Amino acid sequence: MTTVLLLLITGVGLGALYFLVASGLSLIYGLMGVLNFAHGSFLTLAGFLGWEVGRRVGDGSWAGLLVGMLVGLVVGALVAAITELVFIRALYERHIEQVLVTVGLGLASVALFEGIWGTDPIQIRLPEWLGQTTDVLGANIPNDRWLLIGSAALVLVLIVLFLQRTSYGLVIRAGVENRTMVTALGIDVRRAFTVVFAIGGAAAGLGGVLASVYYGQVGAHQGTSLLIYAFIVTVIGGLGSLSGAAIASVLVAVIQQFANFYLGGTGDLAVVLALAAVLLVRPTGLMGKVTH
Amino acid sequence: MRTAPTTSRRGLTSRWGRIAVGAAVVAVAAMLPLLAIDIPGVLPGPTYTPGTLTVLAYAMLIAALALSYHLIFGVAGMLSFGHAMFFAAGAYGLGIVLRLLAPTGIPSEAVFLLAIVITLVIALVLGNLVGALALRVSGISFAMVTLAIAQAMNVMIRRNVGGLTGGEEGVTLTVDVVPDWLVGVVNTRNLYWLALAILVGVYLACAWVERSRLGHVVAAARENELRVTVLGLRPYLVRLFLFSTAAVLAAVAGMGFMLLQSSATPRISTSDFTLTLLVIVVLGGVGYRWGAIVGGIVYTLLDQRLAALASSDAIAGLPDVLRIPLSEPLFILGMLFVLVVMFAPGGIVGLAHRVTRRRGGSRDAREPAVLQDMEA
Repeated sequence: MTTVLLLLITGVGLGALYFLVASGLSLIYGLMGVLNFAHGSFLTLAGFLGWEVGRRVGDGSWAGLLVGMLVGLVVGALVAAITELVFIRALYERHIEQVLVTVGLGLASVALFEGIWGTDPIQIRLPEWLGQTTDVLGANIPNDRWLLIGSAALVLVLIVLFLQRTSYGLVIRAGVENRTMVTALGIDVRRAFTVVFAIGGAAAGLGGVLASVYYGQVGAHQGTSLLIYAFIVTVIGGLGSLSGAAIASVLVAVIQQFANFYLGGTGDLAVVLALAAVLLVRPTGLMGKVTH
Repeated sequence: MRTAPTTSRRGLTSRWGRIAVGAAVVAVAAMLPLLAIDIPGVLPGPTYTPGTLTVLAYAMLIAALALSYHLIFGVAGMLSFGHAMFFAAGAYGLGIVLRLLAPTGIPSEAVFLLAIVITLVIALVLGNLVGALALRVSGISFAMVTLAIAQAMNVMIRRNVGGLTGGEEGVTLTVDVVPDWLVGVVNTRNLYWLALAILVGVYLACAWVERSRLGHVVAAARENELRVTVLGLRPYLVRLFLFSTAAVLAAVAGMGFMLLQSSATPRISTSDFTLTLLVIVVLGGVGYRWGAIVGGIVYTLLDQRLAALASSDAIAGLPDVLRIPLSEPLFILGMLFVLVVMFAPGGIVGLAHRVTRRRGGSRDAREPAVLQDMEA
């Protein structure tokens, strides 16, 4: 029972990480029809810069970590907005080329990160509390999971509030439903594109710093490996659906944890099988209805 | 499909012309190991040296792999992110089957042929399985399903599931059962010719598939799936056939890779490797068969030379701001790719066509259509 609880909470923690990456991917795809392969690079860059700033503020202290998270948010948002303005906007409505450009950026940036920070991951120091465990009904849960779950829940709430309560959110929701109609009503959807990219980038940036907390290290390939799971999550959840992404993140991560523990490290295979099963039963994903 | 007599005659002459040019290129390529051509800055040494021949043979195998990817991406308009797994299936399949069959006491020639046949069957089955699943969805979802399956395959290869793939170490070639003329540095030129033969074979297979009725149906389904369906044809089956054909051709290139390098590592099954293929095809020119070949050779040589450049003194002396980006070949290639996508959508071959103005109307019309397809 304690093992099940441990796996469950750890899975939700990992799912929180997946959600931070997948939420941006899903929103961007829903609104613009662009699959952003550079998303992992936003995450990696934010992770590195957050760590660089954080350790100067206070290595292994709470202040350092919080400043790092803030830096991650800002860096992610800025880099994503710049990517949208410089590269994506120039190829307006040419979806394949947009995907190809993000693929190129993803490849090039990872190579650049390797050049700057080296090919091997760098171990980082964290506040002591995060390295300890909390006893929940007999299961020793690593404390960093709470930070991950809390942050992702906060991001989810903030994004939902933004989408529901602001006029930009309204434009974005309407754009996901029917972009042609929104444009016909005289609203410039393109500004919403930049906003969506910035939000997605900010979430991924925060995810980058939290990924370094989860793995205890920062590395040039962290974003790329998380991105693949985020892709799987967005497909299972349904492309363009935020709630789908949230549910699928947790589902995928929990399945992965359980398969890794009970079925001899076959977590990745189980995830792919889950993807295959979902596609066979519901090709549009759990909550997906948007088709571009 | 019959065309009007006049166009068919004109097409015939240009077709014979093209065949003559192709034959000449192949003949020159086949002569290279016997000549001492030295192109400083492009090749690592004179063309008869084993080092240069290995690089060239590798470039040709990558070109053959890119050609098979062209079938999926360029002809069918499907963005697959899992093509590397078939290349890996060819390389690993040959290595593993050879190792398993070596101690059975069957004559080594028979073992070699049997291993090739078994590997091809594995690739065919794998291609059909993956294709049957992934083709249930289209567009971006198709891309992600292929990515996910390839990733799972990569993880299994890394984890050494079943003790077959050797984990990070990879699989090495069991040399005892490989014919003597394909083993050793002395025989590099034979491996070079083998690679050339594989490239020509894959090219001919691609040309044949593209010109067949099936190829026309796939291309038509790329342009307008609804119309093809209304005509009573089933795009799913023809796409599946094309997908598994491309898988088998990729496996052939993979087997050549195994023989050339004598080992296979998990690197060739990563999604990054597939992304490299995508870069190659786009760099050469989407929708052009020649584009895949030119792209594959240019990319491989660039990659080689940029790596050599990175370790040169000229780069080491530069300040960090310039030194770090310039010493990462993948960074330069990635940015080059971005520039090609943004400013030269036809790639190298497209540019050449535009410059020489020797334009076949149908070819030019075909290229953008490939790129627009995914919006559906």
